[in-house]
Amino acid sequence: MAAPKMSMGKPTADRLPCNTTSFQKKSRSKLVSIPGTRPSIQNGQLIVSTGVTSLDYVIGGGLAVGTLLLIEEDRYDSYSRMLLKYFLAEGVVCGHELYVASALDHPNDILQELPAPILDDIASPKTVEDQAKSCDPESQDAMKIAWRYQHLPKVQTALASSSRFGHYYDVSKTMDTEICQAARCHGFYLPEHSTAVTSPTATRQSPMPETYSSLLNNLQEVIHREGFDGSVPQTKSRNILRIGLHSLGSALWGDDLCCRENPSHGHALTTFLYGLRAMLRSSLSVAVVTVPSHLIQNRALMGNITRLCDTAIALESFRGSERETNPLYKDYHGLLDVRQLPYLNCLVCDLPDNKDLAFKLKRKQFTIERLHLPPDLSETVSRVSRGELTGTAMVGSSGCGSGSTGNRHLDF
Amino acid sequence: MFAELNSILNTSPDSFKPGEFILVSDKHTDASFLIHHFLSFYLRAGCKVCFLGLVQSFSHYSAISQRLGVSLTQAREKGQLVFLEGLKESLGVLLQGEASKGTRAVDFLRDPSSGLRGLYDFVRDNVRGAVGGGEEWGPPVLLVDDLSVVLSLGVSVGAALDFSHYCRATVCSELQGSMVMLVRCEAEEEEESDDEGSERLLRGLIHQCSLTLQVQGLPTGYCRDIHGQVEVCWRGQCDRQQTQKKLFQYKVHDKGASFFARGMSSAVL
Repeated sequence: MAAPKMSMGKPTADRLPCNTTSFQKKSRSKLVSIPGTRPSIQNGQLIVSTGVTSLDYVIGGGLAVGTLLLIEEDRYDSYSRMLLKYFLAEGVVCGHELYVASALDHPNDILQELPAPILDDIASPKTVEDQAKSCDPESQDAMKIAWRYQHLPKVQTALASSSRFGHYYDVSKTMDTEICQAARCHGFYLPEHSTAVTSPTATRQSPMPETYSSLLNNLQEVIHREGFDGSVPQTKSRNILRIGLHSLGSALWGDDLCCRENPSHGHALTTFLYGLRAMLRSSLSVAVVTVPSHLIQNRALMGNITRLCDTAIALESFRGSERETNPLYKDYHGLLDVRQLPYLNCLVCDLPDNKDLAFKLKRKQFTIERLHLPPDLSETVSRVSRGELTGTAMVGSSGCGSGSTGNRHLDF
Repeated sequence: MFAELNSILNTSPDSFKPGEFILVSDKHTDASFLIHHFLSFYLRAGCKVCFLGLVQSFSHYSAISQRLGVSLTQAREKGQLVFLEGLKESLGVLLQGEASKGTRAVDFLRDPSSGLRGLYDFVRDNVRGAVGGGEEWGPPVLLVDDLSVVLSLGVSVGAALDFSHYCRATVCSELQGSMVMLVRCEAEEEEESDDEGSERLLRGLIHQCSLTLQVQGLPTGYCRDIHGQVEVCWRGQCDRQQTQKKLFQYKVHDKGASFFARGMSSAVL
């Protein structure tokens, strides 16, 4: 009773600013202060964006700091490589430190082909809005035959969360060199390290071959030196280390996983991933690993690899397969399979409502969408042009297709 | 601790059967929620718990146990819980420069062919110490989160089975405690599984254990409202009780899990 009286007595002009501040979000300012991160809605973990907004949505908001994302490469490693570059580019834009390891291309070469950020951020959301607007007058004028459906939410095939997190990128351009230069980057190029490590470790019996152990040691050295492991009291502000490891398990890493069914170093990659997991858990870092899984013949081994990662997705591109010309898949460039989602500090993981996902590379942007079939068109309708077909495919996915009839010339 | 699972298994923290070896296995899904159940169950029962957490960090288990109403940090301080954090211990061993650091428990990382002797010694010292020390805790309990991860680290199936056999002899038979192990199985049935590591480990452990909880994803595919099915199998005991099997479907919630008969999900009724 006392509290309302007190507030009644006060002049309203005083109360208004009070009210606006009283609903401040309780947050641990120390963690949130890192740019490019935010706490997860689900379990409070600090998450970072993968650089692809729709991928963030699919894996439950983003990558939790201290976890590992496994990307199973598509056959030509084109889209998985693109996802890796997105991940690194997002790090550059957010001011995170990078660590790139590769056995094939020099890390500097990978960094030079990062996609350019769209920093004004208006282009991409606007297209969605436009699309929504174009639908709006139509639905107002439309006859109310399907009145039962009018309260149903609009079906959006492109996946995105309500609030923006991460940036959009233009894959047709590369990032400016000045932005690239500004980022702190550590590279690990295997041919430069392979000679140095052979002698001291040759005698010791280790489950890992020297390539992986030298990578692990190098990574630990960087994490320790730059203070990501929190063991060193820090004076400067905290930052995130983004680790990108390209094509682990391929023959270039000295691994014969891909060559034989019973590889001689069958535990090398899993042991490395176990060590990497241990390292990530105790530091402010997040890693993306790509593995050419289609080359690994032993499926059980691939299962073990997946289990040691936190999030696992697989890309299967249509390029080179007969699905490329299949009319069912004409809107997409490949399928995306979410193999595993992490259980972090809670019993349930963020379960998606739909696991049939496909990706496509638009002119400038990589997106992930729910896979849906184009509407079954009868013979009479099949003569309409392809542009209209995609239009019907976009709107007609709600099942009734009533909204799409407006822009046709003939309704009957 | 999930009350529904307790009624299915006919146990409670006040009265549970001593000397049990419970095997939890999963395939195409994640059964770690059962490990969290048993962890909070035995901590509530006042047992001395030895937990080998090989795949996650202590803070992960602690955060979940907090939701289930048990504080791991307190239990650890009181001496009720002994927690081996595999990830933390192994990092020093895997990095070459610090070969001397780390406990003997993760010796298998230095030389996988030597087996899990160090890990067993760790378990034995902790559970024996609990009984001899005159502490107020009940019978010892050993929990292993994911024994199959040692296969990924190069340990042979035989060594892993030896480890579980030794542990069973010490914990279940000698000290009348209990044991819960989780193994994960990734094999597909259609492939020949003769040289399959995790499949062989699973078969060997089923042979040893007294109760199995086999968790699987739904055979018909992914579903949002039913996370999978669990097959509970009691081994026949000496009193001529037959081997008994029951199949349930389950759904994991934020703070627990619900179990129901097949087709009886609240989402479809």
